[in-house]
Amino acid sequence: MLDIRDLTTSFGPVKALDGVTFTAPKGKITAVLGANGAGKTTLLRTVSGLIRPDRGSVHLDGQDLARMPAEKMPGLGLAHVPEGRGVITELTVEENLRLGGLGRADRSRPADFDRVYSIFPLLNDRRNAIAHVLSGGERQMLVIGRALMAEPKVLLLDEPSLGLAPRAVAQIFELVRGLAESEGLTVVLVEQNARSALSIADIGVVLNLGRLVAQDEATALAADEKLRHAYLGF
Amino acid sequence: MSRVAFGSLIGHLRRTPLRRNLIGGLIGLVVVILVLESVSPFRQGQFATMAYLGIAVGGLTVLTGLNGQLSLGHGALMAVGAYTAALMLHDVDKPLPLPVVMLLSVLVTVVVGAVVGVAAARLHGPYIAGATLALAVAMPGIASFFGDNLGGEQGLSVSTPEAPGWFADAVYFLTAHDVTGTKYLAYVGWIGLIISFVLLANLSASRVGRTWRAVRDDEAAAELAGINVGRARVKAFVVSAACAGLAGGVMAMVVRIAAPSGFPLTLSLSLLTAVVLGGLGSLFGALIGAALLTFLPQAVTGLGQSLGLGDLQSAQLAPLVYGLTLVLVILLAPAGLVGTIRNAWRRRQSPDTAPIHPQQEAMQ
Amino acid sequence: MQQLLTTFLTGLTLGMVYAAFALALVLIWRSTRIVNFAQAPMAMITTYVALVIVDAGMSYWIGFAAALLSGLVLGAVIERVVIRPVEGKPEINAIILTLGLFVVIHAVAAIIFGSGFRSFPAPFGLRGFEAGGVTIALTGFAVFTICSVAVVMLLLVALFQHTDIGLKMRASAFNQEVSRMLGVKVTRMLTLGWALAAVVGSLSGLLIAGGSLVSPSYMDSVVVYGFVAAVLGGLDSPGGAVVGGLLLGVSLSFVSGYVGSDLVALASLAILIVVLLVRPAGLFSHATARRV
Ligand SMILES: Nc1ncnc2c1ncn2[C@@H]1O[C@H](COP(=O)(O)OP(=O)(O)OP(=O)(O)O)[C@@H](O)[C@H]1O
Ligand SMILES: [Mg+2]
Repeated sequence: MLDIRDLTTSFGPVKALDGVTFTAPKGKITAVLGANGAGKTTLLRTVSGLIRPDRGSVHLDGQDLARMPAEKMPGLGLAHVPEGRGVITELTVEENLRLGGLGRADRSRPADFDRVYSIFPLLNDRRNAIAHVLSGGERQMLVIGRALMAEPKVLLLDEPSLGLAPRAVAQIFELVRGLAESEGLTVVLVEQNARSALSIADIGVVLNLGRLVAQDEATALAADEKLRHAYLGF
Repeated sequence: MSRVAFGSLIGHLRRTPLRRNLIGGLIGLVVVILVLESVSPFRQGQFATMAYLGIAVGGLTVLTGLNGQLSLGHGALMAVGAYTAALMLHDVDKPLPLPVVMLLSVLVTVVVGAVVGVAAARLHGPYIAGATLALAVAMPGIASFFGDNLGGEQGLSVSTPEAPGWFADAVYFLTAHDVTGTKYLAYVGWIGLIISFVLLANLSASRVGRTWRAVRDDEAAAELAGINVGRARVKAFVVSAACAGLAGGVMAMVVRIAAPSGFPLTLSLSLLTAVVLGGLGSLFGALIGAALLTFLPQAVTGLGQSLGLGDLQSAQLAPLVYGLTLVLVILLAPAGLVGTIRNAWRRRQSPDTAPIHPQQEAMQ
Repeated sequence: MQQLLTTFLTGLTLGMVYAAFALALVLIWRSTRIVNFAQAPMAMITTYVALVIVDAGMSYWIGFAAALLSGLVLGAVIERVVIRPVEGKPEINAIILTLGLFVVIHAVAAIIFGSGFRSFPAPFGLRGFEAGGVTIALTGFAVFTICSVAVVMLLLVALFQHTDIGLKMRASAFNQEVSRMLGVKVTRMLTLGWALAAVVGSLSGLLIAGGSLVSPSYMDSVVVYGFVAAVLGGLDSPGGAVVGGLLLGVSLSFVSGYVGSDLVALASLAILIVVLLVRPAGLFSHATARRV
């Protein structure tokens, strides 16, 4: 369970996050929605220690992560798949995966690679290719696979659907759904495409100009016509 | 003339940059005459040194501060000017008039500078630094290779020209003092410095200067605005090479020799120190930097000796200070000495305006 | 014919040293986007460390090891204390900073060790091998030079390709933020990169010095050759740096042997300019567009 309280982050005079409070329950998918510039990416970057918050806390299993450096996060069970993918294109596919396994406390085993390769068989075929040659969808698979190598308890996903074909999006959402249900993974899913995000999420939170404006069961949010028109655009 | 009228005349003259710079130059000339006439011959020699260093630093500060190009090869360009002057003042019975010699030093260096500038204009950051560093390292070898004409390791001795009669008369008329050799060279150096600084100040206030700054700040934007970026960079390099050539010409006469050992890599690096210390882009700062290059070595060498260091060791204290200066200025006061003081001053004047960091623009 | 061979072998040996130095520059460039012009005096001062030890009567090899070790420490300390604050700042700041270090280390060496030349020992013979009445220019020390640089290169390949720490270092060099998110202590990797680079630089300093004279400025031209070699290879590629070093070593050896040793630095400048104008991303690049 990821418990975020009063999280506030500013860039100079601009508050990009303003007292955001919500809980992402264990084994559930929490969708974070909102227009461009709402503060979704900032939220994930603050949680994963890339930006220092002005105030607030982020508790994972009773430990406060806020203000911890980013490089500690994988060891604490938190994995972040950044906006714009974040494949290290100069390394091979397998090296990217290896890197993902280095952050955790115990060493990764061959079985971990096998698991990722069985989820994404396409990656298996390109193990030794430089990641630079992968397509956008393949890169998305690689970063998710790399995050899984760390066997995280919490997975932060920033717009995994960006630039992907609808079928690939559906596949990835399905995968995430499965991981949450079968392994108890806590997922925080940032999405522009609110409709499809709410269709797989358990809970949704809506940000506007850095503030939390709504928070409810995903189905309830999807049913709230006024909210949909005001903030979600569908 | 009434005080009011005089004030309005000054006010009018100050309005255009050219006039303002000319007035600055004239005031500078008066100060130079007053100083040179009142100090000992030894100090006059030091001021002559400061003059040629000032010219070179001024040129480099325009290149680095206004145009954002770094050159570690200006010592080598000074060598070009110095050897040109030396070739014309070495073992000749009737030397050419001094202004002609200086002009030729400038012209030859401009040609070399244009070649380097054309290559450098297409390079950035570390590449330009590396290429000009190579130039600085390569230059002494060229002098050795053409030893028959350039005197090899020993170099070419330079016979210092006499002050022409009209000049001696003019100085005597103004100051009631005779012109000695050293004083004459100091005058030549400072007149050269004043002329080049007035020209540099004009250039930097003109459209050309604005172009240079635009290229420095954002090359892509400058290109979109219709500026020929490559040409602007070459121009800046050529202008600054011209200064280095003049500086080299004066230097050859002041030190009475042009030899490879006079233009080590450390010369180029100390010019850079002066530029950085002065706060990239400020001519006044360049002058302060040149003063430090001139007067600091003696002071710290003396200090070293009084601390019980040997002569040779004490002589190394000056470069040590230069190097530490470069490191500390970048780490602690990236706006340079003058820039930092100016910012502090402005902050005191108007506490709520943000500090201005000319160098931060310069260092983009 | 014999001169040709001699010139070639001399060039090859020097080329290995330039390759090592270029490799040191490339290691730092890749991780911090800084060309460390202070690499030359850093290597110079560690060579003096070896000289002091040898002059005190200890074996060459103790001096050798001490020089490499002090390179490791010096590289790490310089990165931590001086370079860290300018990482990610405008590149001109870092350039001026490394030049400042250049001058500082120079002056410090001159104050401590004097600015004159001192002779530096070599652990192996400096005479060519005799083969059927003909002396081949390959000296024992040259063989040692080639072998030691080759060993260092193999060690580096092993480190970068086959160890976790090497993978972390490469990842940090390519993408600091993503590396941090994956748990890599990037700052530590950068320090380690500088330290390793300084060791490789120190090795080249020792090899240039062997059987020859050292002074505070004896490495100054080597930084130029190392830089040119690195640019030949593309500045980003360790393999390119090695090939670039060898090519440059042989070319300069021919310039020195057939034109004049005074023009070697000028020739390197000419090569640099031609490469930057014609193939700015290095001789072996496929992509030609690259800001230089
Ligand atoms: N590094 C930064 N410096 C200054 N302002 C920033 C920075 N990063 C984000 N911001 C500002 O913070 C606000 C929130 O940005 P953020 O990237 O979190 O939005 P987002 O919800 O992820 O938008 P999008 O859907 O477009 O990705 C924006 O106004 C943005 O301009
Ligand atoms: Mg975003």
